[in-house]
Amino acid sequence: MKTPFAITLDVGSSLLNKTGSWRTERPVYVDRLPPCNNACPAGENIQQWLFHAEEGDYEQAWREIMRNNPMPAIMGRACYHPCESSCNRAQLDQAVNIHAVERFLGDQALRHGWQVEVSAQSSGKRVLVIGAGPSGLSAAYHLALAGHDVVIHEAGPLPGGMMRFGIPKYRLPRDVVDGEIQRIVDLGVTLRLNTKVEDIPATMQDEGYDACFVAIGAHVAKRVDIPTPDASRILDAVSVLRDMETESEPPMLGRRVVVYGGGNTAVDVARTAKRLGAAEAVIVYRRTRDQMPAHDFEMDDAMEEGVVVNWLRTITSMDDTGFTIEKMELDEDGWPQPTGEFETIEADTLVMALGQNVDTSILENLPGASVKKDGVVEVGSDMMTGHPGIFAGGDMVPSERTVTVAAGHGKKAARHIDAYLRGGKYTPAPKHELADHGLLNTWYYTDAEQTVQPLLDDIRRQTTFEEVTGGLDESNALYEARRCLSCGNCFECDNCYGVCPDNSITKLGPGKRFEFKYDYCKGCGLCAAECPCGAIKMVPEEI
Amino acid sequence: MSYQQVKFYQTGTLTVGNRLLDEQQRTVQATLDRSNSLDSGHRACQGCGEALGARYAIDAAMRAADNQLVATNATGCLEVFTTPYPESAWRIPWIHSLFGNAAAVATGVAAALKVKGREGIRVIAQGGDGGTTDIGFGCLSGMFERNDDVLYICYDNQAYMNTGVQRSSATPGAARTATTQPLGPQPGAEFGKGKNVPLIAMAHMIPYVATASVHDLHDLEAKVTRAMLLHGARYIQVFVPCPLGWGARPADTMKIARLAVESGLYPLFEAEHGEIVNVTRLRHRADVEEYLTLQRRFAHVFKHPEQLQHIRAIADQNIRKFGLLDAQEGVAR
Amino acid sequence: MLKQVEGSQAVAEAIAMCRPEVICAYPITPQTHIVEDLGAKVKSGALAPCEFINVESEFAALSVAIGSSAAGARSYTATASQGLLFMAEAVYNASGLGLPIVMTVGNRAIGAPINIWNDQSDSMSMRDAGWIQLYAESNQEAVDLHIQAFRIAELLSVPVMVCMDGFILTHAYERVEIPSQEQVDAFLPAFEPRQVLDPANPKTIGAMVGPEAFTEVRYLAHHKQMQALDLIPNVAEEFRQIFGRDAGGLVSGYRHQDAETIVVTLGSVIGTMQEVIDELRQAGHSIGAVALRSFRPFPLEALRQLIAPAKRVVVFEKCLAVGLGGVVASNVRMASHGLSVPVYSVIGGLGGRPITRASLTKLFTEAMQDSLEGLHFLDLNQEVVNRQIEREEGSRRSGSVAENILRDIGLVATAKVS
Repeated sequence: MKTPFAITLDVGSSLLNKTGSWRTERPVYVDRLPPCNNACPAGENIQQWLFHAEEGDYEQAWREIMRNNPMPAIMGRACYHPCESSCNRAQLDQAVNIHAVERFLGDQALRHGWQVEVSAQSSGKRVLVIGAGPSGLSAAYHLALAGHDVVIHEAGPLPGGMMRFGIPKYRLPRDVVDGEIQRIVDLGVTLRLNTKVEDIPATMQDEGYDACFVAIGAHVAKRVDIPTPDASRILDAVSVLRDMETESEPPMLGRRVVVYGGGNTAVDVARTAKRLGAAEAVIVYRRTRDQMPAHDFEMDDAMEEGVVVNWLRTITSMDDTGFTIEKMELDEDGWPQPTGEFETIEADTLVMALGQNVDTSILENLPGASVKKDGVVEVGSDMMTGHPGIFAGGDMVPSERTVTVAAGHGKKAARHIDAYLRGGKYTPAPKHELADHGLLNTWYYTDAEQTVQPLLDDIRRQTTFEEVTGGLDESNALYEARRCLSCGNCFECDNCYGVCPDNSITKLGPGKRFEFKYDYCKGCGLCAAECPCGAIKMVPEEI
Repeated sequence: MSYQQVKFYQTGTLTVGNRLLDEQQRTVQATLDRSNSLDSGHRACQGCGEALGARYAIDAAMRAADNQLVATNATGCLEVFTTPYPESAWRIPWIHSLFGNAAAVATGVAAALKVKGREGIRVIAQGGDGGTTDIGFGCLSGMFERNDDVLYICYDNQAYMNTGVQRSSATPGAARTATTQPLGPQPGAEFGKGKNVPLIAMAHMIPYVATASVHDLHDLEAKVTRAMLLHGARYIQVFVPCPLGWGARPADTMKIARLAVESGLYPLFEAEHGEIVNVTRLRHRADVEEYLTLQRRFAHVFKHPEQLQHIRAIADQNIRKFGLLDAQEGVAR
Repeated sequence: MLKQVEGSQAVAEAIAMCRPEVICAYPITPQTHIVEDLGAKVKSGALAPCEFINVESEFAALSVAIGSSAAGARSYTATASQGLLFMAEAVYNASGLGLPIVMTVGNRAIGAPINIWNDQSDSMSMRDAGWIQLYAESNQEAVDLHIQAFRIAELLSVPVMVCMDGFILTHAYERVEIPSQEQVDAFLPAFEPRQVLDPANPKTIGAMVGPEAFTEVRYLAHHKQMQALDLIPNVAEEFRQIFGRDAGGLVSGYRHQDAETIVVTLGSVIGTMQEVIDELRQAGHSIGAVALRSFRPFPLEALRQLIAPAKRVVVFEKCLAVGLGGVVASNVRMASHGLSVPVYSVIGGLGGRPITRASLTKLFTEAMQDSLEGLHFLDLNQEVVNRQIEREEGSRRSGSVAENILRDIGLVATAKVS
């Protein structure tokens, strides 16, 4: 039947009216750099692995970590997680407990025996890696995945470097370290222990290496001269921690132990001393708590365990029963200055934890290589020393000395070594624009407080080397992963698809994200304003 | 409550969709097969809250009614921007008669469907605040008191927008409109005037009354769905910002709606048979100023602290009256 | 079946037999009895299925009918006077949307001053609203026109207003032949709407139309009424075949064929006129009458043919286009365009004033002598009018016209005299 002219219309006929011509700005989908990724020294794509974890696909999440870092279970424990310090969620409630989820994923991998396969073809190139610390192991892993034949020479009796000899086992259980190293070795990496390289070019020539990565760490303890009648009562932190691993009997520290220094190593030694039965473990530091390089949470843990700290003190001398220490005060610039006031404390042992130097002898005769004044090795932005084909990383090059930075060096060096071996140059992809908190629309995220990891009882913490911090169970880990805001990257929440008043967005289906229908988009900007994670940008239309 | 509120704490819980939620817990708007009852090509201004609110409401009603839906529409922006000859943006059977009779026309449609034994087809009447609270109020009240089987949805943008932003009885105190110009210490719209149609609707003791806001899609859809489960006269008033009429950025439509609700100025609640059965509590109370400052219609308020104080008092009263905050939170603020 | 019934009741019977599916009721004198009776029939189940809706205003009454008609239900309502004006917006809308609603108008004056009695100012105010307007001469015709109205409305998708004089017809007890349900069913098939609000075939009804097509829309509305000029006589013929009597059509004549003077009128006054014409014929005068049954569409051609042979035409009507004169007369003059037939315009019976045979006889006699002025008000009390005009000229604050006139002619004047 004929419908009346003009006053009755066919449904949906408005599609003929292309309102896109109204637009002065157009929305575009972008991927922005999440602050966690930006902060990760190992270059992990944290947001991406959380994305998989949110869905409960832990193996996929773990594999995403493994693209950048071969030691998730270690990182989840030992990393000082700068990702969490920069997490946008901290401005809502608390940061996502990223390291706890990473640890959960790493532990899942160890429990289930997940392995990584080398899919690259053999390059026929051989690479020598010197040092089986986090940097060397990381480099070896990435080089092996790239198809190179890797041999690690480790001077010590056990692999792991500072992961074993610097970090006490109550923070990093050894089975975890062993498991993750074994997985790297299982890729076909050759690990030679108790093998010290004296002459790099000679070794390379003898064994036919095409490139070398040096990562011997910084194991030489710094000391200050303290007058004492009995030098045997003065130890250094590196030796104490090393002896804990290599000797059958733990070092004799006595009932009253003083640790001199304010870094994480000082804290580790003090906590170790407590566990070894010291009634008193006292940290003496010449500046204030705020100025301590040790992380706050480490200090908190230590003090919970009964470690005592004397701030603004220096040790001036030692006698039979103890030390004379001088009070300090901060000058206008924040530097400690002696006050001339002295006090004494009784102690059996002094452990110096004043930092470590690199044993640079291996590089001293290497043509082209140069050692800086402060005892570290100079490398280029490609991690190569002045000597072609020889690269260096980890604690021995200028940078922050952490396990994660070291792992990052290993990866970065491996990328450049791979390019070097193939006669090319590695250029990292340009970084996306940072996803600032201001770009987010956080109304869409409901309140969800951070999950707290379980802690061991105080008594057990003071008497055993059991791991202090427990892991998350699956439901906690899932919850925690789901606290991620997905800063700067579409997580397919359908907001743009929903909030467009002009129905000008096509939903492409799971995993395929969305597409604008520019024929109809009027450019109102609602999609960009309501995108919870800041993954839409309005750009001026060329008119 | 016969519908489930989304409560699971996880990424983007309040977003339109969420790949982590069960399909049933996502909104209608998240689905690939949503009806798009109000489709592309309509001529609403950029960022129009009403266009969005209408699609949200009607799509939700379409799902609830298994696409068996007829809508009547009052004269106004919604009518004009969707159906200028020769193009219609609607995908449902839809009729526009007059400014003041959408409720009555819907009564007629419902009566016809009943007499034809086609009661499976559900009827919605819709209009703006002018067509609802003013010129259409007689027909609306009549439809209510007869308890006709109609869901009336009012898209409240607080003035006559289609005719050029004149005051309606839904215009809030202080707001500048073309017929309420602020002058010196005198506010725009006078305080103490206007009417609260949801409360008046409740006084008819009809089965269902609710207020909703375009920014809270889950809540809006739940309310439409609830209303569609019931029969008899039902009323939902949806807060829909008007960028043009309010002097706001088109991209701020949702933000303004959110702040209106979270400041306490636009309480969201549900009532059944004259009794409030549910109140949407404020997660984080927002400052009234934050809401006002985004809209030029309230610009003069900031030069006159007593006006600002008056608006704050209205928000405070709403919060008390409807219990929008837990008692303790109320004190803390 | 022949029944002695009130006009409203007879009409209610007829409407019920037309099987309306939605009836909207709002009280206003003098149509109220019709919807009361219909309400009772729905309640008792005699009329079923049917939704009887007590609405809150005439505006709502027609609006509800608009909705029900658009959703495919045969829809009916009734009103009068102020009520028709109150629904005016919807009156235009119903025709614009092409909805075949049938509405009874119990013709009644429009205030102020408020007046509940009969004239035709109300329906005449809606003459251009796009509805077909039929005027009943008697209650029998009111019954018959309602039945035809549904048929015409639904064939053309246009609303039809059946006008019957308030009180004179609505409240008068007359003998009326009430048709049988079988007859009505045979005449009036089930409603098949031209378009309907249906999810199975969704349409947008009631679009906004701008200058680019509005003229065409209006032209098509006019065209539809032109079609009705052909349709209305056909429907009347079909009706005659089934019901066996003449009713409806565009116009009807009474002793007009050889008449030098033809009175043109519409509505119930034709009955009185026939008696007067009979008397004048007996006295040897050549006079007849033509009743307009359809005022919209206006049967220009049919009327022209009827009046062409006459020497003069007197248009008698119960409404006034204030500032011009006769509403119907103006239309009749269009029909007489080009004919050398003078058209006198007479206004009478306003607000229920009785139209007496004596007055009509006097009027027609004057008309036949061509001594009638162009616009004449039947039985106008010139003295009262003059006094008020004088007062107004004397003082700007002369008070209420109605009150002043009551003082002159009503109780106040009587009291003064005594």
